[in-house]
Amino acid sequence: MRLQLPNPGLEDRILSHEELDKLETEEAGSGDRPKWDNKTQYMLTCVGFCVGLGNVWRFPYLCQSHGGGAFMIPFLILLVLEGVPLLHLEFAIGQRLRKGSLGVWSTIHPYLAGVGIASMFVSLMISLYYNTIMAWVMWYLFNSFQETLPWSQCPLNYNLTGLVSECEQSSPVDYFWYRETLNSTPDIGENGGLQWWMVLCLVSAWAVLYICIIRGIETTGKAVYVTSTLPYVVLSIFLIRGLTLKGSLSGVVFLFTPNLTELTNPTTWLDAGAQVFYSFSIAFGGLISFSSYNSVHNNCEQDAVIISAVNGFTSVYAATVIYTIIGFRATERFDNCLGGNILVLLNTFDLPEGNVTESNYDQVLQSLNGTHPEVIQGLNLKTCDLNTFLSEGVEGTGLAFIVFTEAITKMPASPVWSVLFFIMLFCLGLSSMFGNIEGVLVPLQDLGVFPKSWPKESTTGITCVLCCIVGLIFVQGSGNYWLSLFDSYGGSIPLLIIAFCEMVGVVYLYGIDRFNDDIEFMIGHKPNLFWQITWRFVSPAIMLVIFVFYFITKVTETLLYKTWNPESENFPTLEEKEYPTWIFVIIFILAGIPGLSVPLTAIYKCLRNRCCKKDNEFKQDDLNTIAKQVHLTDEATKNKPDIPETADGR
Amino acid sequence: MRCLRMLVRILVLLYLAGAPALAQTLCQPNASNGYRVRISIKTALGNQAYEWNENEMFLFRATMAFAMRRYYKTETYNVDNIIVCNQTRRVSFWFVVISPENPTMLIPKADVEKAVSMSRHRINNAFLLTDRTLEFLGIYPTLAEPVNPDTPPWLIVFGVVIGAVFAGIIALLVSSLLQKRRKEKGMMEDGQDEEDRQMKGVENGINLDGIYNRGFTDDDRFTKL
Repeated sequence: MRLQLPNPGLEDRILSHEELDKLETEEAGSGDRPKWDNKTQYMLTCVGFCVGLGNVWRFPYLCQSHGGGAFMIPFLILLVLEGVPLLHLEFAIGQRLRKGSLGVWSTIHPYLAGVGIASMFVSLMISLYYNTIMAWVMWYLFNSFQETLPWSQCPLNYNLTGLVSECEQSSPVDYFWYRETLNSTPDIGENGGLQWWMVLCLVSAWAVLYICIIRGIETTGKAVYVTSTLPYVVLSIFLIRGLTLKGSLSGVVFLFTPNLTELTNPTTWLDAGAQVFYSFSIAFGGLISFSSYNSVHNNCEQDAVIISAVNGFTSVYAATVIYTIIGFRATERFDNCLGGNILVLLNTFDLPEGNVTESNYDQVLQSLNGTHPEVIQGLNLKTCDLNTFLSEGVEGTGLAFIVFTEAITKMPASPVWSVLFFIMLFCLGLSSMFGNIEGVLVPLQDLGVFPKSWPKESTTGITCVLCCIVGLIFVQGSGNYWLSLFDSYGGSIPLLIIAFCEMVGVVYLYGIDRFNDDIEFMIGHKPNLFWQITWRFVSPAIMLVIFVFYFITKVTETLLYKTWNPESENFPTLEEKEYPTWIFVIIFILAGIPGLSVPLTAIYKCLRNRCCKKDNEFKQDDLNTIAKQVHLTDEATKNKPDIPETADGR
Repeated sequence: MRCLRMLVRILVLLYLAGAPALAQTLCQPNASNGYRVRISIKTALGNQAYEWNENEMFLFRATMAFAMRRYYKTETYNVDNIIVCNQTRRVSFWFVVISPENPTMLIPKADVEKAVSMSRHRINNAFLLTDRTLEFLGIYPTLAEPVNPDTPPWLIVFGVVIGAVFAGIIALLVSSLLQKRRKEKGMMEDGQDEEDRQMKGVENGINLDGIYNRGFTDDDRFTKL
């Protein structure tokens, strides 16, 4: 009745419910698998993994550019239809099969091992560049411990006659970001050499990560008490501070003013779907690992709903806070613009101070234009519009390192706010990195890359050192361009493919009936109709639609990237250049290898089965994956012929 | 005698009457040796702004005379040597400096500029204003020397953080090493327990706390079908 693809030998590969119960009671003293100290650690780790930098710097931009309050509608609808079911699926399958992502997919079907390998590659690529962003955050954090923040004023030039010209033409914050932090080259081809200060920050970022994951979830579980809760504290402090600043409410109003016509634009729905998907950190493998350390009867359904709700709430909350500060900055800019114009008028017409204020500026300008039109023309007064300043929407690193830092310099007691802001960004990113690294380490262990006898400290240490060394690409002069390349292509398409394969694999290969029974065994009741419909039809359909549109968009768009080129004509506007042709090879490696590893591994395993003895190969695989986890199987396999009778009587 | 005294008095009066007139012709807008000053009191002080009146103008002339005295290191300059004209409601005016020895001679522009630059800080403070709100059009404020600390502050913070992190890493590694040694010493006493450890397979490489209770799992061996 239900569509179920043939899957022989599944029952041999998984633990039965009785065995799980036994494991549960015996593991009390002898866990081979790490365990969470308490439920809070698990929830905080998952919340930390899901809530990341994207909630702070991608969601507010999307919200503002797709119709403000109206964006909440597609966001919430897709959260419920796409985010929650996928999350529940990953939690449930991890908890049931009690393995990391590679183990889970190999267990469901050996041909699906490619999904686990793809997850590992994606997690690896994202870990590499994500920690560079952490290094940038640390650099700004270290530089915040000064009375005058270094990005608040331009430095003097060599002979102390004036300001550095690059800084004068752009702005102190731009100069500090592009020159003093990144030392950006004008082209991705010129690598500019390693920037020693960024190398130090990168090393410190990896060192902090290492100390938090040194013993796996034993240390991570303690670190998340701080890294997952501190961002909320800081956001609240910023909210209170922001609301007392002039112009903050205009920012919030601008953010949430609904423009319902945007709902008819398909890009809005696509962006909402993509944001929900990436925000939940699905298909990285980290969530499956984390939930596999839970006890068997943990209520994963409740967890999924709670974490989704927290993630959605955090996005909206962070957007509000960010936009109070952006409203303040826009108002400040508007006031400066208007003040500049007023000063020019006062100086040209020798009017006493206070004659022209913000309220009568327009009237005075009009009357002066009537009497002295040529003079007014010659003045080149700037047009000051608050909405233009508000809609200078920026996302990503531009928001955090340029717009927000500029706003901070205008607040009293700037160093305090700067330190708080960058500590918050650091905690948000670090907690996400825990999940990313988990998605790399556990498959490496399962693949047997490291010998079993090596202690966990050394495996995590070696992984961190290697990732740090590869990450040196991103601290060159052209590092920023490499990072956006990795971000656009390494993290987008493969994840969609993996998530789609996950759903299809669980629902149609593992069997939705078996899955329902498992969930009933674990939490006590069968998943209701909502879950059935979303798992079987709605969520895979949404995944497919998003994947197709994303693929078409990425493949058809001309590959341009924005560079910081002081020699260009429109400086300080970023110059758009085309990627050189050898970049296409890199893009193919980034996006293609994880994506293609799913079918390629399946083909490889299929061929290996065909050409060698089929049955023995299968059984041997099982021995390798299960024997590591549960000692019971050692005894069980000695008496293999007896198992089928007891396993069927479930 | 009386005629001579009257003549001298008339001449003196004429001179005194004429001198300001002469001086006024020296001070003109766009004079070659004059500077325009623009003052923005309300911008600088807001609510605490004071009124610009003749007394303030007197203070300005006195401050300029002080600046000239300071620059030339003489005591010959006086308030009368600073001529002000063309005052507007904006509060902007032109001024020129005449030489104390020769009232018809103006002090060259370059010297006035140097004198103003030298005492700029004192002039600003006399009026509670800044370089931006007390403008001498044509004289650019000298940029403040940046304070360059010997070690950049960020390096100090970096050093502290990295030192703490590495100390933590070493502490954790050492503690897990000690734990391992202690376990090994404990396990050596009971050979059977060691065999047990190997059977289970050490997943994390870290030895587990507690000794495996063999009595519990042995049941399977004896009750198998």
